[in-house]
This record gives sequence, C-alpha cells and structure tokens, in this order.
Amino acid sequence: MSQSAVDVPPKGGFSFDMCKRNDMLIQKGLKAPSFLKTGTTIVGLIFQDGVILGADTRATEGPIVADKNCEKIHYMAPNIYCCGAGTAADTEAVTDMVSSQLRLHRYQTGRDSRVITALTLLKKHLFSYQGHVSAALVLGGVDITGPHLHTIYPHGSTDTLPFATMGSGSLAAMSVFEAKYKEGLTRDEGIKLVAEAICSGIFNDLGSGSNVDICVITKGNKEYLRNYMEPNPRTYVSSKGYSFTKKTEVLLTKITPLMERVEITEVGGEAMEE
Amino acid sequence: MTFTIPIDNGDAVKNAEADSQRTLYPYVTGTSIVAIKYKDGVLMASDMGGSYGSTLRYKNIERMKAIGKHSLLGASGEISDFQEILRYLDELILNDNMWDDGNSLGPKEVHNYLTRVMYNRRNKFNPLWNTLVLGGVKNGESYLGMVSMIGVSFEDNHVATGFGNHLARPILRDEWHADLSFEEGVKLLEKCMRVLLYRDRSAINKFQIAKITEEGVTVSEPYSLKTFWEFKAFNNPTAGAEGSW
Repeated sequence: MSQSAVDVPPKGGFSFDMCKRNDMLIQKGLKAPSFLKTGTTIVGLIFQDGVILGADTRATEGPIVADKNCEKIHYMAPNIYCCGAGTAADTEAVTDMVSSQLRLHRYQTGRDSRVITALTLLKKHLFSYQGHVSAALVLGGVDITGPHLHTIYPHGSTDTLPFATMGSGSLAAMSVFEAKYKEGLTRDEGIKLVAEAICSGIFNDLGSGSNVDICVITKGNKEYLRNYMEPNPRTYVSSKGYSFTKKTEVLLTKITPLMERVEITEVGGEAMEE
Repeated sequence: MTFTIPIDNGDAVKNAEADSQRTLYPYVTGTSIVAIKYKDGVLMASDMGGSYGSTLRYKNIERMKAIGKHSLLGASGEISDFQEILRYLDELILNDNMWDDGNSLGPKEVHNYLTRVMYNRRNKFNPLWNTLVLGGVKNGESYLGMVSMIGVSFEDNHVATGFGNHLARPILRDEWHADLSFEEGVKLLEKCMRVLLYRDRSAINKFQIAKITEEGVTVSEPYSLKTFWEFKAFNNPTAGAEGSW
C-alpha cells in the first residue's frame, strides 16, 4: 500500500507556506521586488441623473512612469464601473474576479446587477486578505434602486458618499470637490467638475499624470469617455520628421592617390602547407 | 552555557544626556498657514489651535506676528520653537533700531536671517521644528517666502505649510492671479481655510487673517467660517446599501 499524499485543493484565504522562506531571504539581504503601483487620482461623484467616475492614466514603478496611458476605470457590469488605485495587479485581478462573479450571478438570477452586490463581494474578498491585497477602489453605478457611489479601502472598509476621491492625488482632487461640489449638478457641470478634480491631481501630485478618463453612468446608459482630456500633449513634434538638410559642397573633383599601387606577383613557391 | 553581555552604563548615561539636549519630536503644534500676495501687499491666514498630540489643547494661539515695521511672520509646527524664534527676531530688530540710522530690516533680510538660523540648527541635529512663512512690503515691493525646519527656503506668489501643501496649493495654483483686490484675496484664503477645516483633523473653526501693506501690519480679530453639512446624501448615506456603512 503506497503512502501517496492526497492532493487536497487549498481552502482559500492567505497561504502562509512561503513566509518562513521569504523572511530568511530578506534577512540575507534580498530586496523584495517593487510593485507596479498606480500612484493615482481617482474620483467619483453623484449628479442628478447618475454617477460620473474619473481617473488619471499614469502607472508608476517607484520613480519611473511605467505606463503613460493605462486604463484605471474597470468594467464590472454594463451598469457598474470601478476605478482602482494601489497595486495595479491587485486592482486588475480583484475587479476582473468580481466582474465574472457578477456575470454568473446575472445568468442565475436573470436580473441586472446591483452596486451593493459588487460592493459586498469586493469588501469580503479584501477583508479576508487583511489589507495585503492593496486595492483602493471607487465603485459607482446605477441600478434598479438608483445611483450609488462607494469607496472601498484595502482592508475592507467601505464608505457611501455623494463625492469621493482615492489615491495619492486624493487630497488635491478632494480640495476641488470640497470647494465646488453642490447637489443637483447637471451632466455637463458634473463632467467639468470631475475633469477639474482629476487635473488638480495630475498637476499637483507626482504620482498622477497624463490624461483624464471619464465614465458617465445613467439609468440604462453608460458612456466611457476614454482620454476625455489630454492636457499633457507631446510638445515640439516636428511635422516634417527628421530630415538633414543638404549642406555638403563640392570643393574639388581631382583625385590624388595617396600611395603607389603595389603589384603583388606570385613567387611560384609552394602554397602554404596546411 | 550562558553569556553575559557587558553593558557600558557610562555610554547610556552620556547618550541620554545628549538626547535630552536636542529636539526629537514636536509636542504642541500648530497646523497650516496659507499666504498670498495681493495688490497692496500680502495676506496671511491661520487658525488659532495648538494641538498636543491628538488633543486640542490650546484654542487661542496667535501664530502670526508682526516683525519690525515691514514684515509678518507666520509659523506652523512646534509652538515653543516659534516663541523662541520670536525672541531671536526681537533681539535682531532691537539691535537694528539701536543703530538709529533711518534704515530698517525688510522682509528679504528677515527671511535670510531665518534661513540661516534654521539651516544651522538642522546641521547640529537640533532643529527648530517649524515651517515659517515670512511676508512683507518695503518700498512698494511685496515679498513672500517660506523656510522649513531643514532650511529649505524659497519665495513665491502664494505659499502654504503643512496640510495646506496638499489641500490649499492646488486651489491657489488654479485661482491666484496678480493684482487681486483685498476682498478677492480674503475670499480665496477663506476658500482654502474652509477646505482645510473640513479635511485636516487638527484644524479648528477659529481663524485670523493678517494683512501687511506699506502702511503696516493688521491682524484681524478671531472669527469663524460658515460650514455646510446639509448634503442630502449625508443624512442617510446607506439608504441604498442596507447593512453597509
């Protein structure tokens, strides 16, 4: 009878198997790989007909800009979108995962997804990982019960707010919101305010930059305005491309040989051996 | 087998003595200062709170003071260090007055003096734990500058310290322009102070605004700003999401 270990699938939750090894490596002086963080400004605001979400498009890896035009507004459901700040892999994975769960749930129930469903799925997942999944999200959408806007923090707590900002540029964006938000904004006023808040983050926060993405969600309709504003265009692009002007002049057409031509004659010996 | 680790008590005593001679952390702190140049001079705003860690200990601290005839100093950070700086400046101005030569120290000179003091203390690892804002007008020219506790010093058309860096600077960068009138300047400062009141935990609703022009310094009486808390969404925030918060 063989003592074969039965492969039990992991029960989920954090797997502590590698912790001892990682500790030992860190003590030996190994630096942990740095994360691709999105060092971000993301905002959301509720206006009279629904929700507007906004985000910048810069992804940073420490001091370097890794992606100048990444997408931070993730699709969750036809009527729900989610902006993500923090570690790019974490926000991508967590929103993808909950988006699939929502779709399966839609097939099962035959109804449109609700924002609080997405909220509960996200917060349960993030809480169970105790903050190690570094995803700070602004979740917004319009469902049968009306427009909703929530913020979700990496440790799993949530807030329900009329206007919200997250990411490293959140203070710059929040100062714009606190100074200028009022209730009952129209669609154009709302878009203008969101663009202003994101621009405030782009120009005053080093972790945010490049362009402004906006997503407007209303009852039964959504508009994903990718690169709604591009306030950082490439300057000084030459339309001619690179061309080198012909500046060579012909000075002389006489050819002066520098050295006597040397004639090589075979001496008729044997060819080299080997 | 056990090892006994030799403890050199002499060193411990010496280190403790040396440590008690230098500033390691601040105790009573003031929060942000926001200042702008306007048409006739410089406007500066601060709240009147002194926090002792997370307690709001003092609610009547004036963090802006006139210096000589031409300057106005505002400070955030450790209050006792601010009072010490005021004593240094008192001596400076006194010596200047004793010359009795018709010249008086202007804001540029005071700013330079403060930069030297702050940088020198930082080099001795014994900083004055403040970020100072120096504004003034002399011979018709307005001046506005800032010095931090490590000696970083610069001048600009609008400055903010502490939380003001993150919350007030974006607003000032967008909305400041040259030749603001007094009313426009005060409105702009109040906009910034209101956002700080909402979002800085150590801010209190008791402000002073100080104005310095060619005529001199005036520091206003303390007053408070109107705040708005009546957004419908805040009344019952989880109406649409039962069970969450």
